[in-house]
Amino acid sequence: MQPFTTHTGRAVSLRRSNVDTDQIIPAEYLKRVTRTGFADGLFAAWRADPEFVLNQPAAVGATILVAGPDFGIGSSREHAVWALLDYGFRAVISARFGDIFRNNSVQAGLLPVRLPADVVTALQDLAEDGRAAEVTVDLAGREVWAAAGPDGPPLLTAGFEIDEYTRWRLMEGLDDISLTLRHSGKIAGYERGRPGWLPVAG
Amino acid sequence: MGRTLAQKIWDSHVVSRAQGEPDLLYIDLHLVHEVTSPQAFDGLRLAGRQVRRPDLTVATEDHNVPTTGVTGPGLPLRGPGSPVTDPVSRVQVEALRKNCAEFGIRLYPMGDAGQGIVHVIGPQQGLTLPGMTIVCGDSHTSTHGAFGALAFGIGTSEVEHVLATQTLPQAQPANMAVNVTGRLPYGVTAKDLILAIIARLGTGGGAGHVIEYRGAAVQHLSMDGRMTVCNMSIEAGARAGLVAPDETTFAYLAGRPHAPRGAAWEEALGYWRSLPTDPGAVFDREVTVDASALTPFVTWGTNPAQAAPLGSSVPDPTSLADEGARASAQRALAYMDLAPGTRLTDITVDTVFVGSCTNGRLEDLRAAAEVLRGRKVAKGVQMLVVPGSMEVKAAAEREGLADVFTAAGAQWRSAGCSMCLGMNPDKLAPGQRSASTSNRNFEGRQGKGGRTHLVSPQVAAATAVTGRLTAAADL
Repeated sequence: MQPFTTHTGRAVSLRRSNVDTDQIIPAEYLKRVTRTGFADGLFAAWRADPEFVLNQPAAVGATILVAGPDFGIGSSREHAVWALLDYGFRAVISARFGDIFRNNSVQAGLLPVRLPADVVTALQDLAEDGRAAEVTVDLAGREVWAAAGPDGPPLLTAGFEIDEYTRWRLMEGLDDISLTLRHSGKIAGYERGRPGWLPVAG
Repeated sequence: MGRTLAQKIWDSHVVSRAQGEPDLLYIDLHLVHEVTSPQAFDGLRLAGRQVRRPDLTVATEDHNVPTTGVTGPGLPLRGPGSPVTDPVSRVQVEALRKNCAEFGIRLYPMGDAGQGIVHVIGPQQGLTLPGMTIVCGDSHTSTHGAFGALAFGIGTSEVEHVLATQTLPQAQPANMAVNVTGRLPYGVTAKDLILAIIARLGTGGGAGHVIEYRGAAVQHLSMDGRMTVCNMSIEAGARAGLVAPDETTFAYLAGRPHAPRGAAWEEALGYWRSLPTDPGAVFDREVTVDASALTPFVTWGTNPAQAAPLGSSVPDPTSLADEGARASAQRALAYMDLAPGTRLTDITVDTVFVGSCTNGRLEDLRAAAEVLRGRKVAKGVQMLVVPGSMEVKAAAEREGLADVFTAAGAQWRSAGCSMCLGMNPDKLAPGQRSASTSNRNFEGRQGKGGRTHLVSPQVAAATAVTGRLTAAADL
């Protein structure tokens, strides 16, 4: 996956809570057998509405999604993360994420940033009225800031928490499988100690 | 200090533990279906990797398969004899068959006697046992927690990880106890209980936690009922839900094809009896629910926490104090085309769906048939009854349940996910409204523009008779 250190881009505000993964990508798009090509399915039902935020001129080229709480609840479909990445998003900011969505995001290189609800709302205000032309998500410094432009003063700065291991993996762009395979000997050792009555397929 | 059931299972599956790293957990059983696996197998091929333990991996075709025209095993996927008419679904099922053949994985294909919804076939074969770790690229993997197994849904990257290593790096979740005191009143089911719990916790209330369901009401549930409860743990945001194994669990498992036998059974039993949470164990959070105060529960909105007793009315969003909850309720009522104050029993439906990994087991079909016996599905209402597996289907036919459904005017189908999720021909059309025993009432979940009310099998059957949301007791 693509390493993530720091990213600056345009933020778009999605002022909805409980955005489930069926909304992020409806089931009819899950029949593909590839990892790419899901951008057209992103928020497909909502994008049919011309008023939807992603259909507004200000959302063109946005790379940071600032969403209401409990983003990514529901189905385990990693296609939701692939659709956000394919569309161009690199980070999602919310007060709380569905656990599986969060896991899928850090597997695929989309950064889920958890900030307090009032900070998320303030960021949404700045994104919606156009004051914050740029938002930076700095994984190295564990900080988000919004500015009026490249040289403008910061309008909002907030630190966020992420565990050290996940942060390191994302910054290095490492995939878990190669990391786990370092423990092949331990896995084999564990397998030798498993009870014989555990079921096997057949 | 004592340990919880979940902590005991966790500790016994740690392959590697190091400061500053997530624990590496061994996975005892990996369930696979056609939707979330093709990209994982592709990843293996690209990296030149093998499936480490094909013998601990089981696959089935469930999400895409049609529930009509499946007359037996060995049907072709292509050509005039194929029940799968959607070419994209066909490609996905073909990919699973090819991947399972290439990597040596046991697959239960459409029409096979062992085929069914992934979370129905594991328990029925005795592949799901207490104390195991079980994963699947499906959020309703929590179903298997009913046996006292630690079972959770994963994404496709993690599916690839488990295929390659039979392990998963995971951060240890927090522990929540949901204590259900008292007994469920007659006519109030496991589904009503879990809907009430989700309404209490909210869609994110269980985030970062595994829930252990405890208390007299849970102990008195059958295994099918416990599976219904654990199945919907994810709808409260929890990774997993568990019930401590007990005599009910052991009685269910004894004699199942993959359950241990003889001396191995005795050895396993000794281990299983050591699993329940120790008396001194501490939960990070505890919630208490009084089962005896519950009545049939249904959803009115577009997430499973937007639910209320069937005897109440659609809530008025303006009465909600929280701004986010208010906006969410307003959006939900607009989508559902419902007015605040409408009595829930006045809501009419055109479709009733009995099935899914939540309520597609034999006990669910018996409950629905009991209500329908000698009655008719209302004019203008279509009712689909979809067994969760071919084995459930055969058992229901032997018991005469299928005859009850067809005599009432319901459609008796073959096994699959069916109308739970809009990936196969069983879908709602825009504007249609269902009473559904499935697990999600999200916008468009059962088909674009469709409107879903989640209900128990009894309420589903009674609703089919009257054409409006109805408790069985009110027939």
